[in-house]
Amino acid sequence: MTDIWINMGPQHPMTHGLFNLRVRVDGEIIVDANPLLGYLHRGVEKLCERRDYTQIIPLMDRLCYVSSLTWSHAYCLAAEELMEIEIPERAKYLRVIALELQRIASHLMWLAAFGPDVGMFTAFLYAMREREYILDMLQMMSGARMNQNYPRIGGVRNDVPPEFTDKCLKVMDYFDGKRKQYERLFDDSAIFLMRTQGVGYLSKEDAMDLGVTGQTLRGSNVPIDMRTHDPYEVYDQLDWEVQVEKDGDCYSRYKVRMNEMWESTKIIRGALKKMPKGPVRVKPPKRPKGEAFRRTEDARGEALIYIVGQGETSPYRVKVRSPVFANLRAAPVILKGNTYADLLAIMGSIDVCIGETDK
Amino acid sequence: MKGTEVAQAVKEKFKDLVSNVSFPRDRVVRLYVPRESILPFCKFLRDELSCEHLSLVTAVDWPENFECVYHITSYLEEYMVELHVKIPKDDPKVDSLSPVWKGADFAEWEAYDMMGITFVGHPDLRRILLPEDYLYYPLRKDFKG
Repeated sequence: MTDIWINMGPQHPMTHGLFNLRVRVDGEIIVDANPLLGYLHRGVEKLCERRDYTQIIPLMDRLCYVSSLTWSHAYCLAAEELMEIEIPERAKYLRVIALELQRIASHLMWLAAFGPDVGMFTAFLYAMREREYILDMLQMMSGARMNQNYPRIGGVRNDVPPEFTDKCLKVMDYFDGKRKQYERLFDDSAIFLMRTQGVGYLSKEDAMDLGVTGQTLRGSNVPIDMRTHDPYEVYDQLDWEVQVEKDGDCYSRYKVRMNEMWESTKIIRGALKKMPKGPVRVKPPKRPKGEAFRRTEDARGEALIYIVGQGETSPYRVKVRSPVFANLRAAPVILKGNTYADLLAIMGSIDVCIGETDK
Repeated sequence: MKGTEVAQAVKEKFKDLVSNVSFPRDRVVRLYVPRESILPFCKFLRDELSCEHLSLVTAVDWPENFECVYHITSYLEEYMVELHVKIPKDDPKVDSLSPVWKGADFAEWEAYDMMGITFVGHPDLRRILLPEDYLYYPLRKDFKG
């Protein structure tokens, strides 16, 4: 028996971003795997120490281009905790709407990448088509399709235009109407089910022990979502449910993400309905002192930002917890014992984004 | 479980070892323990207080010493412990938490890579984001780039 190490990457259709997954195979079976990171390391945490608090917001947007708003929001939330300010009620609702739009856009981007991985190119075309409408809404809010730079410490940059509510509801109706089409495309497809069901099993105990979060954790039957576990903004006042699946395989992780998208439309409808009138921003203090952290549910899992301030205009230390970094830790455990042909489906179902992993 | 109840439980067990206890939020407790007792302390958190999840390991470079900050979550009881450990500059070593939580090694890799803190008992301590032959620890304050 000879062992062979195969380099999947750094440039490979599987890797969304640059990273190298070294896989040891015995014939067709994967015996070991080792993710090599660092190709996209930009030193974000060091850069934060040279910039003032407001200048960090666009930098945080660049952590993950697929779901940039969730990152700048997580940073603003932690900075508000450090500065001990309370933001206006309307800003909280606007943030929730923006975050959920971003979550749908991010999940659609994931679907567009995951589909071709398991041999369904139609998924790419469908998901990209819908994503464009969602990005239109984000553009209407913030002026940009991607890297929006929309949250501010103390609120959001600007209020939405008056026609936003109607247009957004229209998009939500359109998107909800597509649900059946998606379910028929995926859940009725024998090929898709064969490639995902029972593949890449991760047990509940392993998932908790390895520090896995997000959809990978919820796909393994652990109902933990930071939006309810450690509520922020107004998520606890809106009507929605945490999505969990029992099986712990690729199909469960796919199903959690799909259900979450429809759940997000529910949150957006609720937030649009309940949103009060009023200001959207307060002025933050300039030189905070102390330390603070906040957790949010990023599109990929638990994002945690820890800030230490020393009474200067720039923070003393900023630390970013990337959910994908921890989820990649679980990749070797999930991969072991599966066939090499299933590797794409498994890594696709983890939803890797290297920008935030390498920082 | 509220932060105050958690603080009371650990104080009963570890007495004077726990210091500087504060409560940033209702369900969050911030405390300091000495470097030597981190492993038994975390084992106690996991086994007795149902802390299943180590969220984050941060290393901070203070003028007098290094500090490791551990964010530990309990899913069941819905609280969080922010554990601070002071580490002297001339001997930057601390016990690895990978015997307690398997996922700890990835987070500790990053603290080693960026701040040069050695985690004793780590299964495979190496550079993860930076090149293998890199000479510096870039997040230290004396690194000017």
